[in-house]
Amino acid sequence: MSEQIEYTKIFSRPESLKDNPTHYCPGCGHSVAHRLVAECLDELGLRETTIGVPPVGCAVLAYNYFNFDMVEAPHGRALAVATGIKRVHPDKLVLTYQGDGDLAAIGTAETIHAANRGERITTIFINNAIYGMTGGQMAPTTVLGQNATTAPGGRDPRLHGRPIDISRMLAVSDGVVFVERCSLSSFKQIRKAKKAIKKAFQCQLDDLGFSLVELLSPCPTNWKMTPKAAWDWVTNEMVKTYPLGVIKDTTGYEDKK
Amino acid sequence: MAKNSKKGKIVIDRERCKGCHICIETCPNDRIEVDTSLNAKGYAPARFKETVKEGEKGCIGCAQCATVCPDVAIEVYRAK
Amino acid sequence: MPSEKMLMNGSHTVGEAAVRAGCRYYFGYPITPQNELPEYLSSRMQDVGGTFIQGESEVASINMVLGASVAGGRTMTSSSSPGISLKQEGISYMAGMELPAVIINMMRGGPGLGNIAPSAADYFQATRGGGHGDYRTPVLAPAGGQELADLTFVAFDLADKYRNPVMLLGDGLMGQVMEPVVFPDFIDLESLPKKDWKLDGCKGREPRALYSMLLGQQGELYKHNLHLHEKYDRITAEEQRWETKNTDDTEVVIVAYGTAARIAESATEELEADGIQAGLFRPITLWPFPLPALRELSQKVPKIAVFELSMGQMVEDVILSVGERAEIYFHGLPGGIIPTPADVAGFIRSVVKGDGTVGRRIDV
Repeated sequence: MSEQIEYTKIFSRPESLKDNPTHYCPGCGHSVAHRLVAECLDELGLRETTIGVPPVGCAVLAYNYFNFDMVEAPHGRALAVATGIKRVHPDKLVLTYQGDGDLAAIGTAETIHAANRGERITTIFINNAIYGMTGGQMAPTTVLGQNATTAPGGRDPRLHGRPIDISRMLAVSDGVVFVERCSLSSFKQIRKAKKAIKKAFQCQLDDLGFSLVELLSPCPTNWKMTPKAAWDWVTNEMVKTYPLGVIKDTTGYEDKK
Repeated sequence: MAKNSKKGKIVIDRERCKGCHICIETCPNDRIEVDTSLNAKGYAPARFKETVKEGEKGCIGCAQCATVCPDVAIEVYRAK
Repeated sequence: MPSEKMLMNGSHTVGEAAVRAGCRYYFGYPITPQNELPEYLSSRMQDVGGTFIQGESEVASINMVLGASVAGGRTMTSSSSPGISLKQEGISYMAGMELPAVIINMMRGGPGLGNIAPSAADYFQATRGGGHGDYRTPVLAPAGGQELADLTFVAFDLADKYRNPVMLLGDGLMGQVMEPVVFPDFIDLESLPKKDWKLDGCKGREPRALYSMLLGQQGELYKHNLHLHEKYDRITAEEQRWETKNTDDTEVVIVAYGTAARIAESATEELEADGIQAGLFRPITLWPFPLPALRELSQKVPKIAVFELSMGQMVEDVILSVGERAEIYFHGLPGGIIPTPADVAGFIRSVVKGDGTVGRRIDV
């Protein structure tokens, strides 16, 4: 018996993402994060009114993947650059997409102050607890005991200092209205991450203040794990240092269940 | 005929796939397998098991695979 | 309508000129001796509906300038020597990305934290890059209140015309000088040429990306540098500015810029009373340095006397221009020491006599 079944396509590449294959490693969180950002922009109809600032890091070439206006920034300075852009175009959606070194090491001052000024900017913070592009050095967010090329034997609090929880630090500021931490290591979490990103964009659209979504992201290559092992490490280990959930929410939005 | 065998289907772009196999881990109905014939980049891509054998569940178009796929290598279809 | 003649502080003059020249986005950080400029703009920008942000550092400020520039605005930052050091990364990026901006440096004594007195020891920093990579920035050196206003307009125009950062090099004295100024009229922002490269959302067009990283294997960065230098060659050919005074039939010409030139000019008046004709060659663009003009002059003048508020930086450009065509003498004062015209006149007398009592002969 042959059946002619009609199918509807329900999942494909969002328009805010170019068709270019990425240079990201197999199982890298960046690729998922890019797609989620793109899906949210599509759903909110924002592609043509968005201006983005990528980091220096593995995602330095994000303008080859994101299908909207983008400008490179010096390492760590994305939020200062974004501030300048937003002041010229207050009606556009301005976002930064940054890694842990960009946002919480070299860019710490720019991050804290843009957030504290309550700039109407949204930051997507990719935390993979390592410096990926440069080959696996310790990041400010590398967790205790985690191996890195500049913390051989694992991060030691006396030798290397402790990991930083920049999202909780930012939450102290009144200029920051929404901070949520999700992970990119399972279907459920990826769905939650997308909701968080969309909510963060909505904060900007509604002129509420600074919004940030931290995404715990697998880095199989520099963690020296298989993709599955890396995803599991995020789910089981990384969340011990960086618990998931809403860190700050003064938006007043009611979450749709 | 297996239950729900044709509710959904996926199309994997095997040249785009980087062989991370997260989709294989994620699919609730075990509809994806490793294709040991390597693609042009040298990865062993994921492959959709179109034929539903006796006792197996078919693809339900849940799109979990595509949601976790880092490379947007999977398109998902649902029966109307 | 140009303004009435006003008596205005140098830093305020730059601020007012910037606003009239269409600058609507200022980002800066306090540092002596230019604090009056951000203070002035913190209220003046409100008058014209512009943006003023006191950034968290000079680093943040230059990056805000980068952002405002890529978004299409006329934008400016200001600082003094140590803060300008901090801005070098941003300036290099903007040069690589071909973004217009104006950077004001009111120089102070250095190196390091130095002092807050006027000095002019950032010539190398300004004209030899300062930041990394093969790039140049036009550098304008005003020597008084009116020029502070006029050259601010020129700076914004050059920046837009060539899509490049442009520096206005003053010093603590220029920042504080109180002189009569007539401001040109407000520029109509709508009359400015459209920037077809800016980022304003990709509605109705393909998305744009601006970046300075060119990793490709096809010599992309090589070609880009050739392109940048073709631009710098055009600037060199077309944008040199300088002023001469009494350089015909004279035995010595003083070469000086900015505050040093004002003091030198007063010195020439004193020397004239003693029957010594000293001319003045005042570069206004430090880059592109008016090399051909100085070279031509040095063929008619036996002695060139370089006077700087530094240990000798512009003198190297003078050597490049003059070579052995004339005798080159140098006298410099670092660390924020401001000589009197009598001091400079003493240098010139020593040059005329050739006795080496003030300054020294440069052996080329």
